[in-house]
Amino acid sequence: MTSSPVLELDSVSYAYRGSEAAVVADISLAVTAGQSLALVGESGAGKTTLLRMLLGLARPTSGEVRFDGDALRLRDREQMRRFRRSVQCVFQDPYASLDPRQQVRRIVGEPLRSLRIASGAAAGDLVGRALERVGLPADAADRYPHEFSGGQRQRIAIARATVCDPRILLADEPVSALDVTTRVKVVDLLAELKETTGLTVVMVSHDLSVVAALCEHTAVLERGRVVESGATRSVLGAPSHGYTRRLLSSVPRLPVGG
Amino acid sequence: MSALLEVRDLTIRTGTGRALVTGLTFSVARGERLGLIGESGSGKSLTTLAVLGLLPDGMTASGSVVLDGTQIIGASEKTLAGVRGRGAAIVFQEPLTALDPLMRVGRQIAEPLRRRRGVTGAALRRAVAEALERVRLPDPARIARAFPHELSGGQRQRVALAMALACDPALLIADEPTTALDVTVQAEMLDLVDTLVRERDMAVAFVSHDLAVVARVTDRVLVMKDGHAVESGDVHEVVRAPREAYTKALVDSARQLESALDSFGGAQ
Amino acid sequence: MKRRSPTLWTGAVLAGLVVLLALVSLVWLPYDPADTSGGRLAGPGDGHLLGTDKLGRDLFTQLMTGSRIALEAGLGSVLIAALIGVTLGVLAAYAQGWFDDTLSALLDILIAFPTLLLAMLIVAARSATLGSAILAIGLAQSAVVARLTRILVKRVLAQDYITAARTSGTSWPRITAGHVLPNIWPTLVVNLALQFGLAVLAEAGLSYLGLGAPPPNASWGRMLQEAQATFTTAPAGALAPGVLLVLLVIGVNLIADGLRDVLDPTTRRGRAAA
Repeated sequence: MTSSPVLELDSVSYAYRGSEAAVVADISLAVTAGQSLALVGESGAGKTTLLRMLLGLARPTSGEVRFDGDALRLRDREQMRRFRRSVQCVFQDPYASLDPRQQVRRIVGEPLRSLRIASGAAAGDLVGRALERVGLPADAADRYPHEFSGGQRQRIAIARATVCDPRILLADEPVSALDVTTRVKVVDLLAELKETTGLTVVMVSHDLSVVAALCEHTAVLERGRVVESGATRSVLGAPSHGYTRRLLSSVPRLPVGG
Repeated sequence: MSALLEVRDLTIRTGTGRALVTGLTFSVARGERLGLIGESGSGKSLTTLAVLGLLPDGMTASGSVVLDGTQIIGASEKTLAGVRGRGAAIVFQEPLTALDPLMRVGRQIAEPLRRRRGVTGAALRRAVAEALERVRLPDPARIARAFPHELSGGQRQRVALAMALACDPALLIADEPTTALDVTVQAEMLDLVDTLVRERDMAVAFVSHDLAVVARVTDRVLVMKDGHAVESGDVHEVVRAPREAYTKALVDSARQLESALDSFGGAQ
Repeated sequence: MKRRSPTLWTGAVLAGLVVLLALVSLVWLPYDPADTSGGRLAGPGDGHLLGTDKLGRDLFTQLMTGSRIALEAGLGSVLIAALIGVTLGVLAAYAQGWFDDTLSALLDILIAFPTLLLAMLIVAARSATLGSAILAIGLAQSAVVARLTRILVKRVLAQDYITAARTSGTSWPRITAGHVLPNIWPTLVVNLALQFGLAVLAEAGLSYLGLGAPPPNASWGRMLQEAQATFTTAPAGALAPGVLLVLLVIGVNLIADGLRDVLDPTTRRGRAAA
């Protein structure tokens, strides 16, 4: 039942040019289909760097990123095209992640055009379906990002990331910029996409409740190292590392009612 | 005794006449800790700005806002300057925007201290160090020499808090002061605010979209939506038995997020 | 949806006056520009709307041909500045390491280099023509435009939607054409409009010093210079080109201001309710 990993980090380290200290050090992680993974940590933990390597935007200083078992080669166009089609991303800030000068139709259709998956009417159909899947009205395609609220924008971003039916969705703090009621709806949407399309989510977050709701596996990062990892149930249910315990006890809780 | 802050029928309009806050009435007694809860667009932040006469250009407020005996609406800059700092001081969500990037932290804290208390020289330096110690910043001498960008987000927010507390305001307004911080830093910051205001019996108006955060530092909440007050009451009461549908939706959302964590049983 | 901008319209009317003068001058002039039969320093009226200059040429005729030179100078310089500046600026923004440093240093030197000195060098190398003046002004402005473009492009490149485009497999040329240029051009266009005004002034300055279009072409700058000596007795010779110069520059600046409002995408339609 253990299928081979789709995306894998093999003792990966990253340091900025001219800098001795590694931002992330000796990290090994594997993402298998159907097993969503959370990377939990605070600022300075190296989450963003990890994400950039997982997205094929940065090359590790040492170690290897593997896609479907093969080392990821950023210059190999054919492999990168397959990779981009399989791995898509949603960002934290829904105001910065959509080009303000493009209509939603163009924004959501970008992966289809750039990866030469579909064009013309076929692309239009796929865009319409993607928008419908994230719960946006059909006329959304003709409008501009500024006409939408933060939660709706995040839905547009999710539509863009899922329009080419990727296997993995990397999500960088996908709900932390949203209001609580909106947050719940977007978490529900992601859970539904996992369910209906078999999408595997890799989420960078410091929000443990969202992690608990969406991810089967959790890795806790502190200052560039994985301090604890495993099934979310055991990491959050019975944390063994002091930092994980501190994270958990810091989550603000509603007063216990009667 | 009259309330420290008395807001009556406050309406805030944009230059084009659109009402962003409508007919808002509430009050904060001396030493009382009030939470303003609402989502983006609820007008909660604008309300706090109106309390200090800090509304952005083009926006107008009508109604009545009496802070520490002074009518804020229509007041002159001179009157406002007299109330700001001593009557009420504010801490914003993003400390970087509240701090001057080109000025050492110590000087920024010294400025209000010098103006309000008239201390100078060695006494002023001592007062600055005390102010930084009060917000539990380690090595205050080093922090005082630092520029804002050399500090972490949590440290910057503590500096902003130290500046707000420098003039011993009767009311501390905190506008989402922990939203931009990491969870562990947020927990420390909430503890700090809680302790500091209790120690000096200071009133607090704490603005947030996060019920759990507000509940941590306040006794009473005012729930806002689209510029209106939806409901208000004891924070535990409101969370336990919300009366209005909107409040119920807020509480339910927060509960739903928590329930995922609770299902593992390890979070308490 | 209507986009009305009173600033833009006022600017367009002011600058339009000069454009109209220039256009009419192409097909009709009250006098031959070289016609000196009007008598020296004749006052306004008597067949000469604004009078004549010290050689007896009709002032209004000279103003009309001068407007052509002013507009040519503005357009030409801005065209050069835009072509060179935007190209260099985009390259500099994408460049990293030593190439970026070298390019930035070069631009800084070019910006610090006085336009006047540059103009004198070019005139020395070529000759004092309108073309030389335009080349000098355009080169000097291209450094300013390049530096602005570099900053604007860098700001856009830092946005998440660029990262999103990259993870969507969009190539750099397509990112530039599809995301970067559309997002920087409004600011750029506003700046180029301002540069247009500056170029008109710079050309007048160069002509005043004899580094612009040679006689008998009537540049406003040279008209000012020629009328200077007789300003107290015949003020029209200096006032008329001066007033037109001010009108054109104010008009262009107002257009720039108006464009800033009109090109803001958030005014394209109503904002979302929440």
